[in-house]
Amino acid sequence: MVEKFDCIVVGAGMSGNAAAYTLAKKGLKVLQLERGEYAGSKNVQGAIMYADMLEAIVPDFREDAPLERHLIEQRFWMMSAKAHTGVQYRSEAFNEDKPNRYTIIRSQFDKWFNRKVREAGALVLTETTATELIFDAYGHCMGLRTDRDGGVIHADVVVLAEGVNGLLGSRAGLREPPKPDTVALAVKEMHFLPQETIEQRFNVKGDEGVVIEAAGVISQGMTGMGFIYTNKESLSVGIGCLVSDFAKSGVTPYGLLETFKQHPSIMPLLEGSEVKEYAAHLIPEGGFKAVPQLCGNGWVVVGDAAQLNNAVHREGSNLAMTSGRIAAEAIFQVKSRKEKMTKENLQRYPDALNDSFVMKDLRKHKDMPALMHTNSRNFFLTYPELVAKAMENFVRVDGTPKLEKESATVLAFRKSRGITGLIGDAVRIARAWR
Amino acid sequence: MSDALTVKVEDKLYQNRYVVDAGRSHITVTPHEKPSQNLMAMIKLCPAGCYSLNETGQVEIAPDGCFECGTCRVLCEPDGELSWAYPRGGYGVLFKFG
Repeated sequence: MVEKFDCIVVGAGMSGNAAAYTLAKKGLKVLQLERGEYAGSKNVQGAIMYADMLEAIVPDFREDAPLERHLIEQRFWMMSAKAHTGVQYRSEAFNEDKPNRYTIIRSQFDKWFNRKVREAGALVLTETTATELIFDAYGHCMGLRTDRDGGVIHADVVVLAEGVNGLLGSRAGLREPPKPDTVALAVKEMHFLPQETIEQRFNVKGDEGVVIEAAGVISQGMTGMGFIYTNKESLSVGIGCLVSDFAKSGVTPYGLLETFKQHPSIMPLLEGSEVKEYAAHLIPEGGFKAVPQLCGNGWVVVGDAAQLNNAVHREGSNLAMTSGRIAAEAIFQVKSRKEKMTKENLQRYPDALNDSFVMKDLRKHKDMPALMHTNSRNFFLTYPELVAKAMENFVRVDGTPKLEKESATVLAFRKSRGITGLIGDAVRIARAWR
Repeated sequence: MSDALTVKVEDKLYQNRYVVDAGRSHITVTPHEKPSQNLMAMIKLCPAGCYSLNETGQVEIAPDGCFECGTCRVLCEPDGELSWAYPRGGYGVLFKFG
């Protein structure tokens, strides 16, 4: 007898776990496939987790989810060679009963989330790589093959939560593979330090945490960003740039990370730490314009596989979780009406996603990726140095009259970008932001 | 700022956990006489330093330290310069933290 499931979920990351959990909770017969030893063993993220989007799926997650620190402070640093100019927001209001953002360690968090999925009744097969989608003569997806003894596993619908580099959907022609200018390569290290040291260095207590996001000369003219996230007893330290920029520059990712760590603003924060892991991952950066077709006959695609990542706000896991949940709810509606899992019926998923923050936010910033990607040298090299120079002119007291200092600052900006360049950049950013 | 070329990626990979599927490479470089620009770029671009140039001038891969990130697939697969699959279930990199 052929075993058939209501639904097969490929992948046990944020979107896959959200989808599998929601489907299993609603009583559907769910099979989830994960190629790693356990859920989370193949997954890499900074990582920041957004409470509201998880709460919509697992309302009482705070009781047992492995959370690191809740964030009370955000620092944006614009980096020049020797300095950083920063914007910092810290608020006691973030010390609330139900904090808004947490740092997490993905391998631990995903393991927890996947345990919830199994408790909800889904069958989870780990150490199983899905290899091929299977379609009937009419192009309707019937199920898939795995690397376990070759048989086809049948399902009414397949949820492709296979990540940014998912092979199944792109091999089957359901979407294009990512392109070098729509994905960033990020590398990251886990730096361990005593809890008290982290609290002293970052001016926090208890479970409070800080995020530093840094851009500027650290990406050596490429479109990219560096970060430090505080965990309980470790710091996640990483940097990422567009693959197309890396390929052109000839800079090694690990060399870039090492240079970032040696920046005089970063080095003291890491002093004496023990590095316990080095990881790399692709991040979807194409925004709204890179989002593929989200459903078809017998399949839906969610999370990073669907390029659902907000590069401007550096949000991904919340879009992943929300898309997984919404896709699952749409599948449940189709199922409960005893309708077929056709493209038309599954259209409820993209329709609902369009009405959610996911697509609204991506649409808002649809021109931002192209702008940052084509003007990277101005935005990441020229401006940070100019701003640093302006700040130095303002702060350093050396007997030069203020008027001369201000003139020097204005002149430096005009010389580097020209008046039209400056106005043009300002207008382009304003337009892309709106 | 100069690229810190003195960094040895091997020292970084040493911290990681892998289950190597001996004799089964999940990535294969298409045989070539002279490597393309993209294949050459992988020598520096691969975050695990899996790509190198051999004595006769071809780009080779030793995927033991691979993160399965897909960077080389994104850059080189469209022109058929390599073939890319995920390792068999349970094999490859196993992140302790991720």
